[in-house]
Amino acid sequence: MREPLIFEKSRKGRRGCSLPACDVDKENLEKLIPKKYLRQGSLGLPEVSEPDVVRHFVRLSQQNMGVDTNFYSLGSCTMKYNPKVNEDIANLPGFTRIHPYQPQASVQGTLQLLYEMEKLLCEISGMDRISLQPAAGAHGELTSLMMIKAYYEDIKEHRDTVLVPDSAHGTNPASSHLCGFRTVVVKSNKDGGIDLEDLKGKMSERVAVLMLTIPNTLGLFERNILEVSRIIHDRGGFLYLDGANLNALLGIVKPSDLGIDIMHFNLHKTFSTPHGGGGPGSGPLGVKGKLAAYLPAPTVEKDKKGYYLDYDRARSIGKVRSFYGNIEVIIKAYCYLRFLGREGLKKVSQNAVLNANYLMSKLKRYFYLPYDQPCMHEFVLSGVEGKMKDVRTLDIAKRLLDFGFHPPTIYFPLIVKEALMIEPTETESKETLDAFVSSMIQIRKEIDDDPSLVKQAPHNLSIGRLDEVKAAKELKLRWKEKKSGD
Amino acid sequence: MIPYIPNTEKDQKEMLKEIGARSIEDLFDSIPRNLRLKTDLNLPSSLSEMELVNELKGLSRKNAHLDEYVSFLGAGSYDHFIPSLVDHLSSRSEFYTSYTPYQAEASQGMLQTTYEYQSLICKLFQMDVCNASLYEGATALVEAAVLAHNVNHRKKVLVAKTLHPEYRQVLTTYINKTLGLSIVEIDYENGVTDLAKLEEKINKETACVVIQNPNFFGCLEKVNEIEEITHQTDSLYIVSLDPISLGLVIPPGEYNADIAVGEGQALGGKLNFGGPYLGIFTSKKDFLRKIPGRIVGETTDKKGRRGFVLTLQTREQHIRRERATSNICTNQALNALRATIYLSTLGEEGLAKVAHLCLQKSHYAAKRIYQIPGFELTFRSPFFKEFAVKCPVSSHKINKLLWDNKILGGFELGRFYPELENSLLFSITEKRTREEIDKLTLFLEDMV
Repeated sequence: MREPLIFEKSRKGRRGCSLPACDVDKENLEKLIPKKYLRQGSLGLPEVSEPDVVRHFVRLSQQNMGVDTNFYSLGSCTMKYNPKVNEDIANLPGFTRIHPYQPQASVQGTLQLLYEMEKLLCEISGMDRISLQPAAGAHGELTSLMMIKAYYEDIKEHRDTVLVPDSAHGTNPASSHLCGFRTVVVKSNKDGGIDLEDLKGKMSERVAVLMLTIPNTLGLFERNILEVSRIIHDRGGFLYLDGANLNALLGIVKPSDLGIDIMHFNLHKTFSTPHGGGGPGSGPLGVKGKLAAYLPAPTVEKDKKGYYLDYDRARSIGKVRSFYGNIEVIIKAYCYLRFLGREGLKKVSQNAVLNANYLMSKLKRYFYLPYDQPCMHEFVLSGVEGKMKDVRTLDIAKRLLDFGFHPPTIYFPLIVKEALMIEPTETESKETLDAFVSSMIQIRKEIDDDPSLVKQAPHNLSIGRLDEVKAAKELKLRWKEKKSGD
Repeated sequence: MIPYIPNTEKDQKEMLKEIGARSIEDLFDSIPRNLRLKTDLNLPSSLSEMELVNELKGLSRKNAHLDEYVSFLGAGSYDHFIPSLVDHLSSRSEFYTSYTPYQAEASQGMLQTTYEYQSLICKLFQMDVCNASLYEGATALVEAAVLAHNVNHRKKVLVAKTLHPEYRQVLTTYINKTLGLSIVEIDYENGVTDLAKLEEKINKETACVVIQNPNFFGCLEKVNEIEEITHQTDSLYIVSLDPISLGLVIPPGEYNADIAVGEGQALGGKLNFGGPYLGIFTSKKDFLRKIPGRIVGETTDKKGRRGFVLTLQTREQHIRRERATSNICTNQALNALRATIYLSTLGEEGLAKVAHLCLQKSHYAAKRIYQIPGFELTFRSPFFKEFAVKCPVSSHKINKLLWDNKILGGFELGRFYPELENSLLFSITEKRTREEIDKLTLFLEDMV
């Protein structure tokens, strides 16, 4: 059963909420606000009863796969379990019911948490300072590039280029462009790492920064990282780490030891905060040494009187959003780190890497693995090699839905044809991984025996395969009343 | 064993055997040995769930929160009533533990609610198109200004000084320091944008005029006059607004705004010490292919059943990379869901009522306060739910006294407007009762 739109459930006179009567002497509306500033006509909002609203959204929730209902093999997204206790804690009134402009002395608990969160992230990454303000990874990237730009302007070096590998996330070149930089792509070598010769050729005094993801989006560690770091640093550039794949490295490697100068974290990936169907996330950024002076204001500091927000930062790039960050998300990530602590964090990465290698080892017998070497927390298969009978990666993904699995990330990274990027995370059990493997094997058989079954998938969901071309052509982007005669 | 990690030692052994590795350590062989940490990270020890809860409850108790204090503080973050349904329905974990709905067939719930969000906001704003959300109000405004520059390639942005000061700071970081466009601030007169100054500063180099309505002082801008001036030079008209105000204030589509953005926190969002909030972004349909962020569109499956998908993705970073309209990837989907539930629950009558309660109560409060000898309204322009009051004594002292009596006072305007030292910006939402307002005035009377 398809659920109607909330507008279609509207019946004149119904209401979903009761509000108190006005307890002050009412003035005539137009005496308070001139008519020309008033809204004429209706708001256009639906009229539905409270049970209508409940049933509507509960039914819609049932048409949505979450980590709590299904295994999400999405590569580069780190769809791990979201601990429930963190939800409870972040919802304590002492955290949710505080105003960003309250006196700082009255929010010492949250300021302390933010201060300690910075220390935890510094220890994990080896960075000197952290800003918790960026709302997402891409926001962290952009903020970092702004800081780098400001730094070079200060020392009067003209650097207008950002290097990114051909396996990079799309946000890297997009952030670079938004910051006014020119993006130059560095090739990968046959083992999936940075092609050092290509890098040397493209590195120059015009290059401000190389943006790297480690492990890269093939799930491979950059073996030549120290050489890469030397090539960049020798000519005065910075090395940036896109922290999307940090789940492989916790307690194993400190980014600072790899020569990283500046980086962002994705709290909604590595540190278990829910993805929320697309957000909110949180993308703190960390820096070494001289870049720290450019961090966005305010930072959280501590003196004898307690914790405080420091706006007095002469070389700061300024503010990159209102207020101080996605605090609720940061609280959940803080809880996660405190729960796991010293003992647990390394086990996260160990089991994430174990799960990925286990899956890869089983699946590579049935699907083509273009970079056949031990992986870190994820790996990339290709859906085109062998006799696939015109079945594409998209079809495999849709068929997986029928078996109750959220498919892998598809068609990324761009350097693998028909890519299937799989990241199991540490929170899935061997039985779940085995069931996923069985389904993949079953699909592989279907491709040979009955390809149309795969090409027509999904079959078992509330809806069949949706026509994206039609959506882009007709562009119905909002509900409109049917006029009489329509 | 860690409760979030199911692998037992036996599982690990079997899996290693399948892989053909002797130990987990071996799996990390691709990392040069000298780069691997030799010792454990210097972090606190792990906690049990009980210990974690106790410790964090302790931290939360070091905050004074607004169930304990009566708040008259707004300034861009508002303590509105949140119906029970908002928390209940948005905490369905099928919603909050899902990813961006790239696989449409598995994500119809999130896609349909986002489509409903776009529809509700378009109605409320009377604008043509709305995206699936941006981070928060200030960055939504940045995206609007960037869009304007991308449309007409002009290099000057006019910004009303009555725009939220933090939004102006964020615009400066992005638009001026990063993109190298110039920002010119337009002064105010009696709490609203000075039209003569605007006419003086605007020219053919002006990419856009940015105002807030109701503005930071709570006053209603002369939106029609500003529209005329702005469009005379073919500049784009950008408005940032509080969506609650649209329960009774003229919507931006009615005064021909090109892009209308806003902070959506007031629509069922928690205060959360400033985030996560909700960046609302709407525009005229002319700019559809240039707008940032995700957009959900309607389509059908093979059987003709209605369904929803992400559409116009060729604008976005994962397809277009450096030529994308924005770098945004993760947005604020769950906050948009809260807004959708909020607007559905309040409905036509509810939102109008909230807006009217804010209006009536704030005017009652203003009247009570300016009747106290020594206090006067800073401006005489029409206002919605916030108003500035010039105090006869230090506004900081007043706030201290109020705080000692469990009241969170107004925003001290001197912080961002030196010329308004000792003016307090009070915010009165529907949650404030007559009794609480009367109590506030009693303390203010004590100050003189």
